[in-house]
Amino acid sequence: MPEQLIFAMEVILNGLMAGVLYALVALGFVLIYKASGIFNYAQGVMALFAAMTLVGIMNGQVPFAHLINAIFGTHVHYFGWNVPALLAILLTMAVMVLMAWAVQRFVMRHLVGQEPIILFMATIGLAFFLEGVADLMWGSEIKTLDVGLPQGINLWIDETTLQIFDYGFFIDNLDIVATIIAALLVAALVAFSQYTKQGRAMRAVADDHQAALSVGISLNFIWIMVWSVAGFVALVAGIMWGTKSGVQFSLSLIALKALPVLMLGGFTSIPGAIVGGLIIGVGEKLFEFALGPALGGATENWFAYVLALIFLVFRPQGLFGEKIIERV
Amino acid sequence: MLDQSEGYVTEDGRKIGGVVMEMKNITLRFGGVVAIKDISFDIREGEIRAIIGPNGAGKSSMLNVISGFYVPQEGEVWFHGAKRPQMRPFEVAQQGIARTFQNIALFEGMSVLDNVMTGRLSFMKTNILQQAWWKGKAEAEETENREAVEKIIDFLEIQHIRKTPVSRLPYGLKKRVELARALAAEPKLLLLDEPMAGMNVEEKEDMSRFILDVNDEFGTTIALIEHDMGVVMDLSDRVVVMDYGRKIGDGTPDEVRNNQEVIDAYLGVSHD
Repeated sequence: MPEQLIFAMEVILNGLMAGVLYALVALGFVLIYKASGIFNYAQGVMALFAAMTLVGIMNGQVPFAHLINAIFGTHVHYFGWNVPALLAILLTMAVMVLMAWAVQRFVMRHLVGQEPIILFMATIGLAFFLEGVADLMWGSEIKTLDVGLPQGINLWIDETTLQIFDYGFFIDNLDIVATIIAALLVAALVAFSQYTKQGRAMRAVADDHQAALSVGISLNFIWIMVWSVAGFVALVAGIMWGTKSGVQFSLSLIALKALPVLMLGGFTSIPGAIVGGLIIGVGEKLFEFALGPALGGATENWFAYVLALIFLVFRPQGLFGEKIIERV
Repeated sequence: MLDQSEGYVTEDGRKIGGVVMEMKNITLRFGGVVAIKDISFDIREGEIRAIIGPNGAGKSSMLNVISGFYVPQEGEVWFHGAKRPQMRPFEVAQQGIARTFQNIALFEGMSVLDNVMTGRLSFMKTNILQQAWWKGKAEAEETENREAVEKIIDFLEIQHIRKTPVSRLPYGLKKRVELARALAAEPKLLLLDEPMAGMNVEEKEDMSRFILDVNDEFGTTIALIEHDMGVVMDLSDRVVVMDYGRKIGDGTPDEVRNNQEVIDAYLGVSHD
């Protein structure tokens, strides 16, 4: 097999793995959008906030340390203990649920029945607020996150491909784990929304508020649940991205990469988010590999957006989105 | 007037029980507009009670007061012999008052079966963890409620569209699905807001038959709003007539039909 083709295969595989991580973030968007009709701009920041909280709890950091020290003249920074990863993840999830409650109680509840664009603006505000809170709570320095996920080159794949193609593929263990976790997450979410009574209530609320009330569904409860689930997805995405590239504020920018993913996949489709993520992941890696050198490199920065623009022209509802038909 | 406490048996042999719901001096205002003005009436167990009146008489507002969507400024709502505290609509629904809407409020993206299943939500007591585990309690609960729902689907003859997304159904069938969803809650009181609006003659006949069957088969107490006088007079045991937010008549169809004020309201009266 020609060397170029083998190398392209490796690029595609790596693209698929990167795509999974894009899909994870996009999934959080789709979920909230489907369940409440709100496009949640803060999803990326939620992932950042979750990752920072997780690191903070694991390292036994004192939350709001800078604020406390500034006010009381103390010098507290660490509690002096380390929390095991699993417990820290559970605690972080509790924080995300608390956040979901606060978002519902202090923001969304006052905006019931408002135009979608107003709710969208509210989530932009939420994004900035949450970023500020994350900074204030845990500090702005870059941290490493290690919850015990395997990292580094997968030797088995390396050796096997070396035997077959005479060329060893470099696939990161973390990417493989991310793929498996993403697949499990999607399966769990689909099962939850399709088959459980809470999932059914969630879909009902997304469809019609009045009707949902008339069958005895509490809107408040469902909305808190939806934001909690989005918080959970954000936590998973935060763990993956944080482990891969360190917990830092640029993490919230990965949310922007989710936008082209959503334009491809459609805002209302869970499979769309996955396939969209994979297409963007593979597309940008392959494009860089094939045309990058000719175009001066760094095509990964803009390729996804150009692809999304092309999609907007020819298929505005995305690959799997619900087709919009206006009846006149 | 009929006796308030005792039940009676209708001409066609149905048993009507005591008072289930009583509205006492209800007044509802929207800013300066008085939608309902000091209205009192009751609904008895097992009866079909109609609220009629010309456009803008306040019928839908009345229904919304009963189902908790509107909160009246004055007056009391008594349900099963107890004064109802101020409640949000979903709490009223959990008390056993189900309703349909004038302009159909179904979950368009969901299948007929899923729509009807939402009516069973208050019967499903398992929590999120049990639902996530699924085996055991949650599964048994789903099967049990699914059986109840299938019975209603059979009853209303919508088996053939069970798996169809609601958005694809024609108007008449949507109305029937909405009735099915309300029935799935096994309501103590079923509120129907213009169940026959916009239907053709055949669809109206079907719907009338279903309403009578529901009342007969399950003994469901029904309060309905309807424009079509012929339908109302055939269906209902007792009728409340509203006009401009006031109650102008209350009694059996025959009593109401011969009430001068009602005739004036419907046919118009010359002011000279």
